[in-house]
Amino acid sequence: MANTLLELRALKKRFGGLTVTDDVSLDLRLGEIHALIGPNGAGKTTLIHQISGTLAPDSGQIIFAGQDVTRLSLARRARAGLARSFQITSIIPAFSAMQNVALAVQARSGSSFRFFRPANGEAALNDQAMQALVEVGLETRANTLSAILSHGEKRQLELAVALAMKPRVLLLDEPLAGTGAEEAERLMRILGELRARYGILLIEHDMPAVFALADRISVLAQGRIIARGTPNEIRADKAVRDAYLGEDEA
Amino acid sequence: MRARDHLVPLVIFAALAAAPYIGFGQGYSLTLLARAMIFGIAAISLSLLVGGAGLVSLGQAAMLGVGAYAVVVLDHARITEAWMVVPAGIAAAAFFALVTGAIAIRTSGVHFIMITLAFGQMAFFTTSSLSIYGGDDGYTLYNRLEVFGSRALENRIVFHFTCLGLLIACWALVQALLNSRFGRVLQAARENETRTRAVGFEPYFYRLSAYVIAGGIGGLAGVLLANSAEFVAPAYLTWQRSGDLLFMVILGGLAGPHGALMGALAYVLIEEWLAKITEHWRLIFGPMLIFCVFFMRGGIAGLLRRG
Repeated sequence: MANTLLELRALKKRFGGLTVTDDVSLDLRLGEIHALIGPNGAGKTTLIHQISGTLAPDSGQIIFAGQDVTRLSLARRARAGLARSFQITSIIPAFSAMQNVALAVQARSGSSFRFFRPANGEAALNDQAMQALVEVGLETRANTLSAILSHGEKRQLELAVALAMKPRVLLLDEPLAGTGAEEAERLMRILGELRARYGILLIEHDMPAVFALADRISVLAQGRIIARGTPNEIRADKAVRDAYLGEDEA
Repeated sequence: MRARDHLVPLVIFAALAAAPYIGFGQGYSLTLLARAMIFGIAAISLSLLVGGAGLVSLGQAAMLGVGAYAVVVLDHARITEAWMVVPAGIAAAAFFALVTGAIAIRTSGVHFIMITLAFGQMAFFTTSSLSIYGGDDGYTLYNRLEVFGSRALENRIVFHFTCLGLLIACWALVQALLNSRFGRVLQAARENETRTRAVGFEPYFYRLSAYVIAGGIGGLAGVLLANSAEFVAPAYLTWQRSGDLLFMVILGGLAGPHGALMGALAYVLIEEWLAKITEHWRLIFGPMLIFCVFFMRGGIAGLLRRG
């Protein structure tokens, strides 16, 4: 398939007797937002862990940009262009927002076995970090210690870090979680703008946001994909309504 | 990096430079100050691991020991030229750090503490069994190192300023490392390992490099300690010594090498002062250390920063 950035082939993962990923196949194309929805415990985050490399699947393959990355480490996949954000904000609290992003820039521009030159003064790092901060609208907070950013700002920072990796695929695990209405709206606008340049796999519980943003939606329940289609097709799907949407959208 | 963090070490270095001329020039004081500065170097090396990389090692005394025993081995072979012995001591300790660190850094937390302790004890027992170098009794060096054949280091003032120069160099080195790209990765991995991996770094190699650099600096401290005391014994490598070093780092504060520097100076000087007052000085020193841990979060450096 042309433009397919990421492809999961028959991914399986068991925790003891519990099958958390059950024969999941999925593809992600350049320029699309593919949303992954499903009730709590459906295995969404476990799936992201396997794609990003923090968990190894028991069987199946993960193909990224034509290359089998199933056995590569988290760091190798990150350098190859698979960036992820975390459901629970994962930043470096002792660093400023700028330093958090500059760390990501550093990972893909030249060696980090540089021992003497002060990293804080490297314009090449800071300029690119600033670009990413501007893109998520966090430029005024660049020099703020990230520990004291608001929750919404931390979510923006998390996204800026992912962008600074100059990835081809963004794996976003509930980027809107815990953000206020205004912050969520801003983040949604940013995601919409980013779409053209990346393939975005989006896990999100905010259904209006998912239906507004996604090009395609896959519905996960008990580790299996039970439906896939455009937002309209998913909205009309009987099985989905029974399994999930029915609860709050009926 | 705050201005005060730079000012404090500069004041200390100036005081150490002035010390021989303001009433601390006699043999006893200079020996004590040299010892304090050498432990300062050792504590700075450990601060790169504990404060910078978040690697709490209980085996740093082994690095000093390897450096000191490098001096012994070469002295036994009649090699006493500083330009050969000093690099050899640093290289030997760095190599020991590379081999042991390659294994130790695969673990973390309490396991890392225990495995560094185990390697330290292995080095301790190895030196105890080296009968040609005196075994348990140690090895007396009849002369200090020569510099291009000159015996200048026998002069206490020259030795004082040699130690001071190396102390400043080690402080500047560690400070620069922490501010560099390399140091940023180390600190990021200390704060949030998963995040650091997720942007594309394998912390292992950065930590191992830091461990080797700290080992090399520790080796330098060992070479100096051997020359200061003109005697080397397995007691240099005891795990209690590693504990002392760890305490110096924590006492001074983990914010940077200046903390370790202050911790080492305070530790050595207070220990000496108390020992002069009473032979039961440990009864006072122990509770004092406990008090510091409880009430001086951030160590001496933290106090100065607030003050």
